[in-house]
Amino acid sequence: MIALLTRDLQLAVRAGGGFGLGLAFFLIVTVLVPFGVGPETGLLARIAPGMLWIGALLACLLSLDRILALDWEDGSLDLLATAPLPMEGIVSVKALAHWITTGLPLVLLAPVLGVLLSLPMQGYLWLVVSLALGTPALSVIGTFGAALTVGLKRGGLLLSLLVLPLYVPTLIFGAEVARRGAGGLAVETPLLMLAGISFGAIALLPFASAAVLRINLR
Amino acid sequence: MDLRVTDLAVARGGVPVLEGLNFALQGGRALVLRGPNGSGKTTLLRTVAGLQPPLSGSLTGAGERIAYAAHADGLKAMQTVRENLGFWARVFGGRDIAPALAAFDLGALQERPAGTLSAGQKRRLGLARLMVTGRPVWVLDEPTVSLDAASVALFADAVRAHLAAGGAALMATHIDLGLDEAEIFDVTNCRARPRAALQDEAFL
Repeated sequence: MIALLTRDLQLAVRAGGGFGLGLAFFLIVTVLVPFGVGPETGLLARIAPGMLWIGALLACLLSLDRILALDWEDGSLDLLATAPLPMEGIVSVKALAHWITTGLPLVLLAPVLGVLLSLPMQGYLWLVVSLALGTPALSVIGTFGAALTVGLKRGGLLLSLLVLPLYVPTLIFGAEVARRGAGGLAVETPLLMLAGISFGAIALLPFASAAVLRINLR
Repeated sequence: MDLRVTDLAVARGGVPVLEGLNFALQGGRALVLRGPNGSGKTTLLRTVAGLQPPLSGSLTGAGERIAYAAHADGLKAMQTVRENLGFWARVFGGRDIAPALAAFDLGALQERPAGTLSAGQKRRLGLARLMVTGRPVWVLDEPTVSLDAASVALFADAVRAHLAAGGAALMATHIDLGLDEAEIFDVTNCRARPRAALQDEAFL
């Protein structure tokens, strides 16, 4: 398991590994928003939590098809399936590797980009908390989508269509936490909902991902 | 425990390709599958490796005892030869990779990224993976593709050493490896009769 995690992390940071793709996309989106909606600080501060969440979600979506497709193409997914690792463990490690290379950097980058969108001072903490709590769900749900579409050539479009509706609850509650935090309101309810979605997804979806992957490898 | 296949039928994409397969493979023996392209050798090997369920019949002594090598070698282009092999060694329980590197003459290539290897060198690396798995039954699908005569000899030596150590090998190949222990099993006689298309049972 640890061998698989270190291999995936190593591959991600080497040339062509796609590390930084999501980050660069997130950066571009948030830099472009002020140009698109105008430099009015009040308006930017109001939309900042939502824009940062949408940016993070799309950046996450961008790298989903790499989670399993590369291993499927070069045959190592077949070999992993015959290895003494449970399939549930393989998909969990894949999701974790995706989160470490995509979700975690987004969480760390978000406060820096919050400055660009003149996010109010009290909003930073809750922005980081909501992203830290929500991005694992994005990775786990994304791995499920990747398992469903593995083996399809150019399955990226189908993957996005499958995964986007599943991302909506995470986005709603995640952005709500960040918005309320920025407005100085109570965040408990959306925070608990977000935590519920995240932990529920982490606990249940690896079993679903492993099941569809077994069927897809036939 | 022997690998034993009893009245096995296998399907590819819901269409039965082989049926009535019966064979047993003891330790120290090799079984070479023969048959024209598309006759179902790969499907049979994938079934034995546990990647797909059999249509009917039984399969014993497989599962965690199988080391499978397919057409694709499962190599990562950006990792070196040693990292590629070391990864599989760790996954399969941390065996030393040095004997496998030596057996397939990969010692000089250790630090080369796998992406820069030739097709034959990649194949040799893919086959060296079998040795670090420590599994007793090798299931090989066209293992000699893109190997030159010298590499085929290296591979035959590795198989011979594996058999001498009590292992077994089931392979689909058209090249005569010169293995005394090998029996030939022609799958042509086991081709499935055409029958009504089965429903897709994938989600049932």
